[in-house]
Amino acid sequence: MNALLEVENLVAGYGQTEILRSVSVAVAEGEIVSLLGSNGAGKTTFNHAVAGTLAPRGGLMRFAGKDRTGAPTTQMVAEGLIQVPEGRRVFPNLSVRENLWLGGYRRGSARRTDNLARVVGIFPRLGERLTQLAGTLSGGEQQMLAIGRGLMAEPRLLILDEPSLGLSPLLVEEMFGLIRGLNAEGLAILLVEQNVVQSLEIAARAYVMENGAIVASGSAAALRDDPALKKAYLGM
Amino acid sequence: MGELGIVVPAVLAGLTTGAIYALVALGLTLIYGVLHIINFAHGSLLMLALYAAFFLKTLWGIDPYAAVFVLGPAFFALGYVLQRGVIWPASHGQDSMILMVTLGLSIVIDNLALALWTSSTRTVDLPYAFAVIDLKLALIPLPRAVAFVAALAAAGLLWLFLARTDLGRAIRAVAKERLGAQLVGIDVRHVYAMCFGLGTACVAVAACLLLPTFYVTPQVGHAFVLVAFTTVVLGGMGSMEGALIGGLVLGVVETLCGLFLGESLGQIGIFAIFILILLFRPTGLFGGKSA
Repeated sequence: MNALLEVENLVAGYGQTEILRSVSVAVAEGEIVSLLGSNGAGKTTFNHAVAGTLAPRGGLMRFAGKDRTGAPTTQMVAEGLIQVPEGRRVFPNLSVRENLWLGGYRRGSARRTDNLARVVGIFPRLGERLTQLAGTLSGGEQQMLAIGRGLMAEPRLLILDEPSLGLSPLLVEEMFGLIRGLNAEGLAILLVEQNVVQSLEIAARAYVMENGAIVASGSAAALRDDPALKKAYLGM
Repeated sequence: MGELGIVVPAVLAGLTTGAIYALVALGLTLIYGVLHIINFAHGSLLMLALYAAFFLKTLWGIDPYAAVFVLGPAFFALGYVLQRGVIWPASHGQDSMILMVTLGLSIVIDNLALALWTSSTRTVDLPYAFAVIDLKLALIPLPRAVAFVAALAAAGLLWLFLARTDLGRAIRAVAKERLGAQLVGIDVRHVYAMCFGLGTACVAVAACLLLPTFYVTPQVGHAFVLVAFTTVVLGGMGSMEGALIGGLVLGVVETLCGLFLGESLGQIGIFAIFILILLFRPTGLFGGKSA
């Protein structure tokens, strides 16, 4: 498989604080990879550095084989690296339709119309609420909208930051099923999660982040059986 | 009945002034709502636009109403460049510093105007300045009627732009959810500069509509910007419909207070409302609603 995203020795932080010390992560075309770690491990900082909302201080990032270290978000979105951020970040004052439409901001109008129909096909509940303000949706619906908005951008790689956070167990199941379905259609996914058990179930490979560094990586099956990991994250 | 004969013309006159207040306030509230900064240079830019319209008339004979189509785009460009080239770089993106930068800008612009054009009061002579329209209930000076209609039309165009265009949607998205907007590929700095440009274009249009019935001095912006701040607070910070209705209300309040308390006391009503709103409804009439 060809590497789609390659991050090597990435260093990033805010002000005086260095959060990512040296992080290397790779995602291949069509692959589903999980980035695990507890709260404060640096997962969200990693996402910001990759998406271009935070300038990296060192290291290298390649996307689809091209050097994209420090590239602006506008460019990364245009090239298909799409992030669905933690906390959904939908536009509360805009309708569901407008939220989705803005998801395709860097795409042509004709394709946006097609993509809107496709997203509504995936999330019929959003289709029923197209004229409703996004701020009035439930948490689960907002998460669907955030993912739908990401799909409107025609991603080659979809980075999902804590998509299961704050959802009911039933919705979490639904969400992981959906992620699996998107991947089955060939979409590469980087799943950034605290929910270790379910993430390892659907991912092919996984990385474990601690204090701004990758401390373990490998196939999801191998990590599931790693005694140290079990103790630290699975409470077994 | 005699009372009504005085009140109706006063209310109509107030609405025409109020439409100008609304337009100035719309520019201010657009910049506040999206960039989350208070633009202290707003009044100075209005003054600059009044001078621009004045000189277009006196040097080249361009009618102030025709000047809308020159100064609107020109001031849009000026605002865009000011935000992108001066305000943003000088403030390093920090809100508290942006405040100081816009205040500094206003001082520079005001004093430049004073140095270049002295403090004398200037007016233009227009053939239609004293023409009136007979509405049966009241006579309305033609330039005021034009200002009312044109200011509301400009507000309507702005609303259509924000509601119906992709960039308009992007502006509303950035206003409430900046990170989310970045992540769909919206260039936030461009959106900021566009808003500053649009806000500045609003004062340019207001200046062109104002000139036929008003005067120009380097201090003229202060009176308007104080009322504009009151309008924005009355309507709810960042609310477009609030700014529009707030401006019209304050225009009427001003003329009615002028009528009953005496001409020079008209603005007392405006600032009394300002204080009452701050005391009893600090979020404004439309506060908390989405922009």
